[in-house]
Amino acid sequence: MTKSSSPAAAHDRAFALKFYEQMVLIREFEERVKFLFLEGTMPGTIHQCQGQEATAVGVCAALRSDDFITSTFRGHGHALAKGLTVQEMLDELFGATTGCCKGKGGSMHMGNMDKGMVPGIAIVAGGIPLAAGMALAFKLQRRPQVVACFFGDGAVAEGAFHEGVNMAAIWDLPVILVCENNLYGASTRIDKVMKNPRVSDRAASYGFRGETVDGNDVLTVYAAAQRAAEECRAGKGPVLLELLTYRRTGHSRRDACHYQAKDEREAWFARDPIERFAVQLLARGDVSQSDLDAIKADIDQQITTGVENAKQAPQPTLADLTTDVFA
Amino acid sequence: MKRQGIAEALRDGIAEEMTRDPAVFCIGEDIGVPGGWGGAFTVTLGLAEKFPGRIIDTPIAELGFTGMAVGAAMMGMRPIADMQYGDFLFLASDQLINNAAKMRYMSGGTVKVPMVMRAPIGATGRGSQHAQSMERYFTGVPGLKVVAVSNAYDAKGILKAAVRDDNPVMIFEHKLLYGSKGARAEPGAVDATSEIPDEDYVVPLDRAAVRREGKHVTILGWLLMTHYAMAAATLLAAEGIEAEVIDVRSLSPIDYDTIGASLRKTGRVIIVEEGPKTGGVSAEIAAGIMEHCSDSLMAPVVRVASPDVPVPFTPILENAYRPDVPRIVEAARRLAQN
Repeated sequence: MTKSSSPAAAHDRAFALKFYEQMVLIREFEERVKFLFLEGTMPGTIHQCQGQEATAVGVCAALRSDDFITSTFRGHGHALAKGLTVQEMLDELFGATTGCCKGKGGSMHMGNMDKGMVPGIAIVAGGIPLAAGMALAFKLQRRPQVVACFFGDGAVAEGAFHEGVNMAAIWDLPVILVCENNLYGASTRIDKVMKNPRVSDRAASYGFRGETVDGNDVLTVYAAAQRAAEECRAGKGPVLLELLTYRRTGHSRRDACHYQAKDEREAWFARDPIERFAVQLLARGDVSQSDLDAIKADIDQQITTGVENAKQAPQPTLADLTTDVFA
Repeated sequence: MKRQGIAEALRDGIAEEMTRDPAVFCIGEDIGVPGGWGGAFTVTLGLAEKFPGRIIDTPIAELGFTGMAVGAAMMGMRPIADMQYGDFLFLASDQLINNAAKMRYMSGGTVKVPMVMRAPIGATGRGSQHAQSMERYFTGVPGLKVVAVSNAYDAKGILKAAVRDDNPVMIFEHKLLYGSKGARAEPGAVDATSEIPDEDYVVPLDRAAVRREGKHVTILGWLLMTHYAMAAATLLAAEGIEAEVIDVRSLSPIDYDTIGASLRKTGRVIIVEEGPKTGGVSAEIAAGIMEHCSDSLMAPVVRVASPDVPVPFTPILENAYRPDVPRIVEAARRLAQN
């Protein structure tokens, strides 16, 4: 590959490296969390996003800091991409009062309103009407913000998808409906639950634009999300963005993914978003393998420090049980 | 002062709050259609013309528009959502219970959801699916405030308090109490009009109201049952039984201060509930009385509620279903002798 043929070369070096850094951060964060969970030192359950890093990073990079996202039970990647810190997230996972939700949210309800992320909505498709309502507020308040609403392919079968998407459509609301299509709703493959597995086709039936792109190519995701955000900001929303991707780990906890065919896994593993982007970066000519290694080493250290801190972080007192119920 | 029914009082209350605060808007089905009804019970009639763009007619999508109200509230708006019939709240429950009620807590106190959900209930000649008493399904949900309005004064004051509250508030209304006129008028409607002050006022969301003082027995009710309890008290007085009638009004939280003060006088209590006896709000109140003021009780708590059946259509059975004045009087007579 020549230098000029690398898609990554279209971007400033630091900008492109930031994408890489964020994806590696998500991957390493998830790997460490998995270890901590299996080791038994971290409470709760986990739904992880290894393999889907490009969707979170590409979409959030196209948003402004005061734009919002809604997420799901699989929200660690979205949170990191929207700017939540490793520390506030690890503290949350360890149930500490210094966590982003004071330890009351946990893995599935990560969020930080100051950073534009609503606590994760862990009911499938539950965030879609919510995001439409947030966008309605922006429209009524004449604020130029947009909402990116992340959901999985499984959410498309829910009634909430239809109701929320339809209302976003009839009122031209500034919502980017981001379907991370990883082929499985829990253990059920989409071809068992969708006659038409092309999720973006549904947009046309509601009267707006849908698009399917390679969700494992961070620059492609970024470009598609930028187009969608621009349209939404111009009052031409919503947009349905289907990002084709693949979950490398189980749906949750100790799921060994026996329902994923071996050849399918191998094919998708060969299209790993981080490895593919690394190849593009190296092809630029101004990024070396040692640059990439240094990024990963820094991140590993950051996470190690974060885990040490989180293990020492203050736990709630029992008096905290009954606070924060009402405003 | 002017005399108004609940529908008019709510309408004025909504209009005044929308004038006061640009963040207030209404969302629901058939609430602002030109030439339409102003909601199923005329509450929002004429408001769409007065507040262009702020009375939002939705598709028939209760889960969807409730979720939109939650999302809009989280972004600084103060939506008043209109559920055409309370029964449809089952469709909207995920957004109310999983999102509106829990968002504050699971965000560690960083999110506010200042929204109002209004919903009419009551067995009113419509069969089983437009008739249920829905309040019981929400009183046990931490994070929700639940109130029930039985007259126009309260309706307006509670609506205003609910709009100004920073939490999700569910207001239950009764179809026989609206005083809706014309084609939306209800057969069997009860007069729930009040003198409404000209000046702004609110009614707190956590207080019961003593409607009639008495010393022999306390009758607790809400919505239509408050009115039936008042009628029963008049009949009982003729027999020498002085009943104290309390409109519970705030169903979550329940005002045990007011209830307890009454029980210290009477020592006897009847809880009247429209809705099946099993699992009702009256069960919660009975348990709460045992925890808060059992020392005052001179006889066991009595409940008058509907039987454990769906709401029937035919008037003979529907009237037998709903607690009525004679059943309340009979229960009070027996309790007074106890």
